[in-house]
Amino acid sequence: MLNDSFRFTPHITLEFKIGEKDFFIAGESASRVKKTLQQLGMKQDIIKRTAIIIYEAAMNVAIHANHGTLKVYIDPEVISIITEDEGPGIPDIELAMKEGYSTASHEVREMGFGAGMGLPNIKQCSDELDIDTKVGVGTTLKAKICLNNKN
Amino acid sequence: MNLRDVKEILNAEVLCCEDLLDREVKTCFACDLISEMLLHVQSNTLLVTSLTNAHILHAAQVMDALAVVFVAGKRPDATVIKKSEQSGLPLMTTKKLIFECCGLLYLNGVRDSLEECD
Repeated sequence: MLNDSFRFTPHITLEFKIGEKDFFIAGESASRVKKTLQQLGMKQDIIKRTAIIIYEAAMNVAIHANHGTLKVYIDPEVISIITEDEGPGIPDIELAMKEGYSTASHEVREMGFGAGMGLPNIKQCSDELDIDTKVGVGTTLKAKICLNNKN
Repeated sequence: MNLRDVKEILNAEVLCCEDLLDREVKTCFACDLISEMLLHVQSNTLLVTSLTNAHILHAAQVMDALAVVFVAGKRPDATVIKKSEQSGLPLMTTKKLIFECCGLLYLNGVRDSLEECD
């Protein structure tokens, strides 16, 4: 069930640019989107899942790509989180989806990331996940959270 | 128990938000992996970690953490402490290691945040 404020959710687009090794934008964008969702009166579970997807997806771009963007579309029925980057791409998606598999650097691991949980976490928090990647070109990740099924 | 009790039990030094130590502590999550924290930490949980970089602040905000205790005498730099003060997230540091911190908190009634939500 949706609460009252939720029924009037406007269409909102939030966009963030992510530079190479711009590690802080991940947390900043997750915090900002979280605040927006809180103001809209979204359920805590939806807010948490959205924030985790944003944090992990933006962090992946900052860690692995040359640069990219994060776009968040908030609609009455769905939240879409899309990252697009120019970078090395993912040679083996199945392997990348495996928990514990990581190609992150020692520097990234020291910061508390790069444990090979990013993509598995995103998958766990999404209702739909689509990854389009081309080696040597870049990766587009689209995650959706439906607002009227999972409670 | 509240954060003031945590300070006593862990013999910790408060780094910021001394005025917010009345916050009640029921659950705790101890970890050095941000991804793990994001996925498992419930709201109003005490974080115990040895990570001191600014990511811990963002992660704590996303998780609505209650406070952060840095173990093994670690302390974040002044910028992190200042930002944490501004966002109302109490920080403490203790010389104790993570295992002892968890043991002492458990003995005093604090439970795993996962256990609490089961």
